[in-house]
Amino acid sequence: MRHYLDFEKPIAELEGKIEELRHLSDGGELNIADEVARLQGKADRLLRQTYTKLSAWQKCQVARHPERPHSADYLAALIEDFVPLAGDRLYGEDRAILGGLGRFRGHSCVVLGQEKGHDMQSRVTHNFGMPRPEGYRKAQRLMQLAERFKLPLVTFVDTAGAYPGIGAEERGQAEAIARCIELGLQLRVPVIATVIGEGGSGGAIALATANRVIMLEHSIYSVISPEGCASILWRSAEQNQEAAEALRLTAQDLEKLGVIDQIVPEPLGAAHRGRDKTMAAVGDAIEEALQALGRLDGGTLKAQRRDKFLAMGQKGLG
Amino acid sequence: MNWITNYVRPKIRALVSRTDIPDNLWEKCPACGQMIFHRELEASLRVCPSCGHHMRIGAKRRLELLFDEGDYSLIELPETIADPLRFRDRERYSERLRRSRSATGRQDALLVAHGTIGGRKAVVAAFDFSFMGGSMGIAVGEGLLAAAKLAIAQEAALIAVPASGGARMQEGILSLMQMPRSTVAVEMVKDKGLPYIVLLTDPTTGGVTASFAMLGDIHIAEPGAVIGFAGARVIEETIRETLPEGFQRAEYLLDHGMVDMVVERKDLPETLGRILRLLGERRPEAEVVPLRPSAGDEAGEAKARQEATPRLVGEPAGEAKGEAGEAARASDKPAAAKTKTPAKDEPERDPAE
Repeated sequence: MRHYLDFEKPIAELEGKIEELRHLSDGGELNIADEVARLQGKADRLLRQTYTKLSAWQKCQVARHPERPHSADYLAALIEDFVPLAGDRLYGEDRAILGGLGRFRGHSCVVLGQEKGHDMQSRVTHNFGMPRPEGYRKAQRLMQLAERFKLPLVTFVDTAGAYPGIGAEERGQAEAIARCIELGLQLRVPVIATVIGEGGSGGAIALATANRVIMLEHSIYSVISPEGCASILWRSAEQNQEAAEALRLTAQDLEKLGVIDQIVPEPLGAAHRGRDKTMAAVGDAIEEALQALGRLDGGTLKAQRRDKFLAMGQKGLG
Repeated sequence: MNWITNYVRPKIRALVSRTDIPDNLWEKCPACGQMIFHRELEASLRVCPSCGHHMRIGAKRRLELLFDEGDYSLIELPETIADPLRFRDRERYSERLRRSRSATGRQDALLVAHGTIGGRKAVVAAFDFSFMGGSMGIAVGEGLLAAAKLAIAQEAALIAVPASGGARMQEGILSLMQMPRSTVAVEMVKDKGLPYIVLLTDPTTGGVTASFAMLGDIHIAEPGAVIGFAGARVIEETIRETLPEGFQRAEYLLDHGMVDMVVERKDLPETLGRILRLLGERRPEAEVVPLRPSAGDEAGEAKARQEATPRLVGEPAGEAKGEAGEAARASDKPAAAKTKTPAKDEPERDPAE
């Protein structure tokens, strides 16, 4: 049973009808195949129409779609010989950030990714993709591992934000994120970050100080969630849509602002309707980035990354 | 109508309200409720004389307080793009910005100044909480970069004094990007071997804490300052529990290992000065230190310290002569390497055998 978003209602109805007809056709009716094809064509047109003009708020919904491929899916699809590594060697293991060694299309690399989970139990295990300081300190550990063995670092960003809790504060959530950013900027290996769903504020940038930042077409990346922004600036959580619009959090706006380097298009009806295709396309983009960056020496990689961030904020949306 | 409500009315209000201010000779301590006479409050550096509560102070006052004899020079900060997203909530960001500028007479939330603290060269980047909650946007990020460059040019220490609610939402993703950008600023200073000290004041939260403010060589906090990543309300809503007593206060961070010390406002200049003098006593490069195991004299050391403000290359005499212990320690390595070459080789040979 597919999970439909509120704005997908007409599509849901059509697809429901198609499903019904398919069941009937098992009974052996004749002209049903034509009817199914006609409806399918209509559904595709509707999908295309809907998805080419998604509002910022609708993109937030798509980016958070429960069936959208998550980090664990990308690891399974793109990384061979994956060796998961756990723990920050200081306090604990945070399953909101997956990490380890693996082989990406022949290249040995270090991988990090925020994982939200796909059902109730795994969501709890992964803390809904909201890392605690342990997660960021594990990330630091793996960054250092990448540096030591001169392996490229590939990250997948998908988090609503770092976890706001008492323990997280006590153990220095802010310091853990700050140190991640610091370390990420110092690395002398290629760093490639892909925002695959939700890039939530400081919790996201901690894994995204990359030489190349890639974003999926319908993913979002923002300083604050639209809900948070609405409750602060509009003093009402009802203004999510306006806030999403104002924050300019879509991949398209972020590319114009020079904050991200590349957008990977999603299949018709977004990543959750073509999971394998999406993940392969992300893989292609990462491979291309790796090839380009692989030619640069450590000093150049570090300088390029610093310069890239220093150049941001020179232009607005004009 | 808009012009009247947005422009004329505030002007009139401003004219009317100005007459109210002189009546305000007494201020109430927000912590203990004590009424304090304004002169007394100023004399105590806006610290409540009865309960010791540290009230917030502006960036100008902060600079006066930190620099020797209150003497400093402000630098002009680079002009940056205003309202890059053309952001609008219930009102335009450009309008909020304009109002904050006219109310404070500042361009943005950061002031950068240089001078001396405890006789040592220092660049201070101080936030003004009264300017849009001290929030960090492009202008603040640029200001921090300018401060870092100034510190490097002057071979001075960099001291950041955040008082900020975090990132400036109205600049969207570009405010988030100030986290890596301010971190680059800090890295530039650290790369040059210059001290970077953070003085955390009330409040330091959000993206500011999670970037340059937690990357100091040394972290000093003012008593009672709220320092944290997530806002207390957000945490309460997430975990649906009441927060422990003193949560996210400076003393709480001290107990949890996030700051080195909590220092009262009146003691800040002296503490900073002492730290800067200790950190500033950089040993000369080990290679150029002559091996001189004789003991130095105390007087020479004190004199050297007084003169040691700018350490000129090729003149390491003061420190090398005075701090014989230090010099000996510094030269320990190269000396050992030079004189005992065979000894150094031994462990290398060992595993092979």
